[in-house]
Amino acid sequence: MRLNVFVGGPYLVSLWVDLTNVWPLKSCFLKSASHRSLFPRSQVVELQPVKMPLELYLDLFSQPCRSVYIFAKKNNIPFDFKQTSLMLGDQHGEEFGKINMMRKVPAMRDGEFCLSESIAMMMYMVEKFKTPDHWYPADLQKRARVNEYLAWQHGGIRMHGSKMFWITVMVPKIMGKEVPQDKRDDAVEDLNGSLKMIEEKFLQDKPFIAGDQISLADLVAIVEIFQPLAAGVDVFEGRPKLSAWKDRVRQKIGPELFDEAHKGVMGAMEVVKTLDSSKLQGFKPRIQKMFF
Amino acid sequence: MSAESHSLYFQNGEGFLSASINMGLPEGQTLQLDTMTVELFLDLHSQPCRAVYLFAKKANIPFEYKKVDLASGEQYGEEFGQISMVRKVPVLKDGDFILTESIAILMYLAEKFSTPDHWYPAEPQKRARVNEYLSWQHKAIRESGSKIFWFRAMVPLLTGAPVDQERMDSAVEDLTSSLTIFEEKFLQKRSFILGQDISLADLVAIVELMQPVGTGLDVFEGRPLLGEWRDRVKKELGESLFDEAHHVIMNAHTLPQELEDKGMLEFLKPRLKKLFN
Repeated sequence: MRLNVFVGGPYLVSLWVDLTNVWPLKSCFLKSASHRSLFPRSQVVELQPVKMPLELYLDLFSQPCRSVYIFAKKNNIPFDFKQTSLMLGDQHGEEFGKINMMRKVPAMRDGEFCLSESIAMMMYMVEKFKTPDHWYPADLQKRARVNEYLAWQHGGIRMHGSKMFWITVMVPKIMGKEVPQDKRDDAVEDLNGSLKMIEEKFLQDKPFIAGDQISLADLVAIVEIFQPLAAGVDVFEGRPKLSAWKDRVRQKIGPELFDEAHKGVMGAMEVVKTLDSSKLQGFKPRIQKMFF
Repeated sequence: MSAESHSLYFQNGEGFLSASINMGLPEGQTLQLDTMTVELFLDLHSQPCRAVYLFAKKANIPFEYKKVDLASGEQYGEEFGQISMVRKVPVLKDGDFILTESIAILMYLAEKFSTPDHWYPAEPQKRARVNEYLSWQHKAIRESGSKIFWFRAMVPLLTGAPVDQERMDSAVEDLTSSLTIFEEKFLQKRSFILGQDISLADLVAIVELMQPVGTGLDVFEGRPLLGEWRDRVKKELGESLFDEAHHVIMNAHTLPQELEDKGMLEFLKPRLKKLFN
């Protein structure tokens, strides 16, 4: 980054900044004599390194992107939202490959430090921005409860909720046919099992997963539960406890922020209908493995 | 002794119950009751159990080993159900506090017992790298490594026939791509995932990679860098401890017979089938 500052005298302060390079600025000094003649009272200015905000590479169709987004916004963490549309293949771009070679979202860049995995990202942000304790409590046992949920959910609700979204929204569009009935039944059974686990083991009679206050666990849980909801599966029907918890979480996050984050996915069914299925053929091998 | 010596306090997070009771102790001296020993419910056939076991032993964490015999279906029994409704291992019990999920258990132990920093570094970017691996591995190496184990060691017994080639090839393909990512992103040319020092990430990785090895599929073959890393991890943990932890899985070929002998086949079949559809 080049930042040239000319101060002093009757002349205007002239400032231009070349932002194509993200290297922090260490110092700048006048190199050309001609500058001195124009600005006789110019001074060498030692500037502090410019702190680039966090870059978050997100597609809000993706559950882990939503949790990262909500967390950052709720905690007023300054960041650059880098739209990375999965359905348009942005994850296959060269630049994005440098951020995350696994070509998945969410991804984060903090200066030279790149990080993938939403849970790692949120834990990093907790530490870096010293967010309120309740998100990831310092207390050993409360923190363990959050960690326990965050670990379980990968193979629990995340897997099962995602599957429903694929089955209902993506597969018919991309494959031109429905997932076989027995696989659909299994998926519904698995989803019900996960929701039951959330209610009976993780929530029980507490207002939130870790206890009295909202934490990363609730955030990660809610975004996953909304995925099958977006696929037309009413996960809250017949589950008043889960529904009450959902309302509490939405309130704590802030209904406006929550709804904004979920706007895209809740309209996904409609959007996917309009997409050019030939562009989505890249998903075929994965779908084949999952369901056929 | 003055009345002030009647102080009873609990140091949160450390598990020490300290009591200064009027019993003739010189002022300032406390009687300390050690409440540090935890119970670990384990079956070393399970990868996450091995990670917890290895960590506890290596870091000299005082624990009571509670064996849970998965082959006998002990996890489905009433007694174990009282411990954990999830009916999986490992489980940690620290007084009344019960914790499942090996990753959560490892982090809990690291914090509670103030293990050396390199296991789970305090520095945010290093810690993030460990967290990144621990998060990624659930649905990558763990999933494909487990699948291979079940397909090779268990399915033939449960169904009376080997897994069809297409599914087996698909599972091997998944494992291969996970291993490629592991080598190219997580390990690269470093000694350990984080660099010079071993961490929880390496521990969790190695136990998962040993699972398919137990069925005779040598994942290290043709991958010299990976093999070298395995040797470094083994050395760091201690060869005899490593071998001890992996003894049952390396004898996995006896599992089917064990299951038959215990009459658990019919009971376990539908339950296990669901795990790897």
